[in-house]
Amino acid sequence: MTATTPAIIDIIEPPKPLSRIVYEFARRNPTVIFGSSLLLGMVIIAIFAPLFAPGDPLALAPARRLRPPQEAYWFGTDMFGRDVYTRTIYGARISLIVGISVSALSTIVGLFIGLLSGYVRIIDAIIMRIMDGLMAIPGILLAIAMMALTKASVENVIIAITIPEIPRVVRLVRGVVLQIREQPYIEAAQSIGTRFHRVLLKHILPNVMAPIIVQATYICAAAVLIEAGLSFLGAGTPPNIPSWGNIMAEGRTFFQIAFWIILFPGLFLSVTVLAINLLGDGLRDALDPRLARRM
Amino acid sequence: MTQAQTMERPGQTVGGVEKVLEIEDLKTHFFTRDGVVRAVDGVSYHVLKGETLGVVGESGCGKSVTALSVLRLIAKPGRIVQGKIKISGRNLLELSEEEMRSIRGNDISMIFQEPMTSLNPVLTLGRQIAETIMLHQGLSKKDAWDKSVEMLKLVRIPEAERRVHEYPFQMSGGMRQRVMIAMALSCNPKVLLADEPTTALDVTIQAQILHLMLELKEKLGTAIVLITHDLGVVAETCQRIVVMYAGKKVEEATADELFERPLHPYTVGLMKSIPRLDRAATTEHPGRLMEIPGMVPSLKNMPPGCAFAPRCSFATERCRREVPAFEMKASGHYSACFNSDKVAEIYHG
Amino acid sequence: MAEASGAQGRTPLLEVKNLKKHFPIRKGILSRVSGHVYAVDGVSFQIGHGETLGLVGESGCGKSTVGKAVLKLIDPTAGEVYLKGKKISDLGQLEIRPYRRDMQVIFQDPYSSLNPRMSAGEIVGEPMYNYGLAFGKEKEEKTRQLFARVGLRAEHMLKYPHEFSGGQRQRLGIARALAVNPSLIIGDEPVSALDVSVQAQVINLMMDLQQEFKLSYLFVAHDLAVVEHISHRVAVMYLGKIVEMTDKRTLFTSPQHPYTEALLSAVPIPSPKMKRKRIILTGDVPSPIRPPPGCRFHTRCPYVMDHCKVAEPPMQEVEPGHLVACHLRQPGQALAAAAASNPALTAPAH
Repeated sequence: MTATTPAIIDIIEPPKPLSRIVYEFARRNPTVIFGSSLLLGMVIIAIFAPLFAPGDPLALAPARRLRPPQEAYWFGTDMFGRDVYTRTIYGARISLIVGISVSALSTIVGLFIGLLSGYVRIIDAIIMRIMDGLMAIPGILLAIAMMALTKASVENVIIAITIPEIPRVVRLVRGVVLQIREQPYIEAAQSIGTRFHRVLLKHILPNVMAPIIVQATYICAAAVLIEAGLSFLGAGTPPNIPSWGNIMAEGRTFFQIAFWIILFPGLFLSVTVLAINLLGDGLRDALDPRLARRM
Repeated sequence: MTQAQTMERPGQTVGGVEKVLEIEDLKTHFFTRDGVVRAVDGVSYHVLKGETLGVVGESGCGKSVTALSVLRLIAKPGRIVQGKIKISGRNLLELSEEEMRSIRGNDISMIFQEPMTSLNPVLTLGRQIAETIMLHQGLSKKDAWDKSVEMLKLVRIPEAERRVHEYPFQMSGGMRQRVMIAMALSCNPKVLLADEPTTALDVTIQAQILHLMLELKEKLGTAIVLITHDLGVVAETCQRIVVMYAGKKVEEATADELFERPLHPYTVGLMKSIPRLDRAATTEHPGRLMEIPGMVPSLKNMPPGCAFAPRCSFATERCRREVPAFEMKASGHYSACFNSDKVAEIYHG
Repeated sequence: MAEASGAQGRTPLLEVKNLKKHFPIRKGILSRVSGHVYAVDGVSFQIGHGETLGLVGESGCGKSTVGKAVLKLIDPTAGEVYLKGKKISDLGQLEIRPYRRDMQVIFQDPYSSLNPRMSAGEIVGEPMYNYGLAFGKEKEEKTRQLFARVGLRAEHMLKYPHEFSGGQRQRLGIARALAVNPSLIIGDEPVSALDVSVQAQVINLMMDLQQEFKLSYLFVAHDLAVVEHISHRVAVMYLGKIVEMTDKRTLFTSPQHPYTEALLSAVPIPSPKMKRKRIILTGDVPSPIRPPPGCRFHTRCPYVMDHCKVAEPPMQEVEPGHLVACHLRQPGQALAAAAASNPALTAPAH
């Protein structure tokens, strides 16, 4: 009996250039490309707001109240003569800051709790009951309560929206972890002496990331909408900071004579949410082909 | 019933025995985003009345797709692009979907590897069998139900009267496969396509099911196409065997002839690569098994020439250039290989 | 290939004594235990250095559970496991870690036993990292050698599991198991998910590696022909118990337990001209939740006697090294029975 290694015959494909990979990805996932370019546009607008709108979003000009859209004021002016265009552009900052912060915070916290809850069964029951409790708190009530206790600020808005989102992430992560921990590769990891924390970080975490990224985009879109809603109700961003919700809230009494105060921030809000959702849907399809086929 | 010389010439009958199923030059391709997958690429075979034909090959060789094509159950992006499938002379590919429905279950039935997926989990066994019978034979509900019980008895399910009221999950794997056979045979089909019917079962249960299938074949005269990867199973049950590789037929012969004198290097490879229990008594320490190096080529980009050439120890320049024709090498023994003579020598040498 | 079984005076590499694993079945909101699945119910065996013990049986007989309980991937309910004379069955999850280096496992499903998010090189290198055997360049070099040894290319190290075929993935699994130089490898149906032609490649590789690294295998499988090919000794399991255990030649030429006999005769032989007497067992394997009283095989046994339905047959050595649990076989009687059923056998095999 001789110890020979059998020859392996297979066709080695030449490595593809990066441009080719990007092109193929774009061709297969047009929604990701479309959504992310829209979103990128919004982010650029938010970051470079002073370049797009050189004026001051808070500058009052009572002489030019309620002007309809025209060459000097693209989106018209509001009841204090403030330029709606400038305010809308600056409003993008608040929406995106809130959206991104909420999704980042709730994902990070939720991921941590979810991983532990799914992998360490002893603490699972306790954590999940706490999460059920948190889930029962409506974001709007929490925001109003926090505003009453402290003062209106963007940070409070972010916290108020984040808290009820965390349990949703925890549930998702826990569900995925429960599924992954039954996979033979986790058993394999244990049998080759992988330590507890490494199993969690190297073997479970990377496999949870795909659904989490998708979920983060949905949370981002929801947060943008909730922020607008809170501000519209007067429980969100303070009035001295222009946000889409604020602008629309202030314009609502003038809706019949000056529709543009509500139309343009509303349009921006819709486009942003659409862009984020498109990105999320596209990512879901790209990251989990099985799920895409079922939908 | 002997079919020793079954393949003399094409026609409606062979040696006075009717050809119940005839597949001619069938091509079923899948049009995927990454290119055309030629899952079945010009396959022909036939089954005679009351005969058991074995179709052998590894996963992805096209043996199951051929069977699904016979029932016209190929889902998108797959399509039957060429060929004829004849049941008693009628070409199924020319029938309407309506006519096809009456053929399925009535003239041809199929049983699958995993019976659980082909049984409806929320209906009782009796209802599932009775519905098939009512649909195809127009019996009354009462008669169909009685026939269901009778079929369950035929496949030797103990306490059939009670079992008809049970649901699939209440049965073991072997029992479910018996129910599938009962359903498949309930309308007296001419041909039974059995796709890996015993692969998911334990050996002792496999022996029961194979025994049952052969016994029912004798009793009912149904022709069986047994699709499997297990050479042992075909050797013990089939009269004639077709070996498939990468969407093509590479060898065809009677069972005795094929195991005695295989003429295609792939068949030889398959036979020599499995450990043999019957030789356990004669060898103290078995040597290495023969390996077929490499793996099945991707059906998307097949090599030019013979599909087996990259793994074949007999391959010559010609094999890599030209596709060998599937031709008769000996009486009733067909093979698609330029080097059949050498293969036969080596196998015995 | 040295006959390693029954090496006297040496501690066996692995010794398992009366191993049991009962899985509780919980019901209701209070998770009350309403019964047990008697998956493994008193299994004992030894594996010598450089030896392969095949563990065969049908699905649900508990053969895979034995492998996992030995590795303590699941906690055994009762029984003892000794590795090189050291009792490891009562060690905790942290204490067992150093011993796992000596016992590795190859899984059945080459698709799901590899982390899809790790590259092939990372997968094979991980055990070395875990046990601090090699890092950085050295680890990469060793990984490269392992890849070469199991017949994979060095370029494959950067690829991910989904880019490999089934056979190649199983080679990855083998390379990962070899990375820490174990003495024992437990193969849990390592070839049953593979195509016939690829199966031969993996079996040959495992046998070559055994020679080269003096490995011992516990080879768990349902395919008798494969087990016959690779093993030195074979244990046959039925419903959580070993019913017969002996060297493979004896087992396959003169089986003493009626179940072994039936199992062997049920395997289809790829030779149409060979006609054999076939024993077709009736009925199904009973549920391991309510195993039958007495001999567990009595519900399907063609030779069943009244005695079998009440009294459980003890495991007896009918010949040196040949253990059978059957009322029909008593020490001394075995030879006569064997000679009667198989005239080819004239002397006890050693």
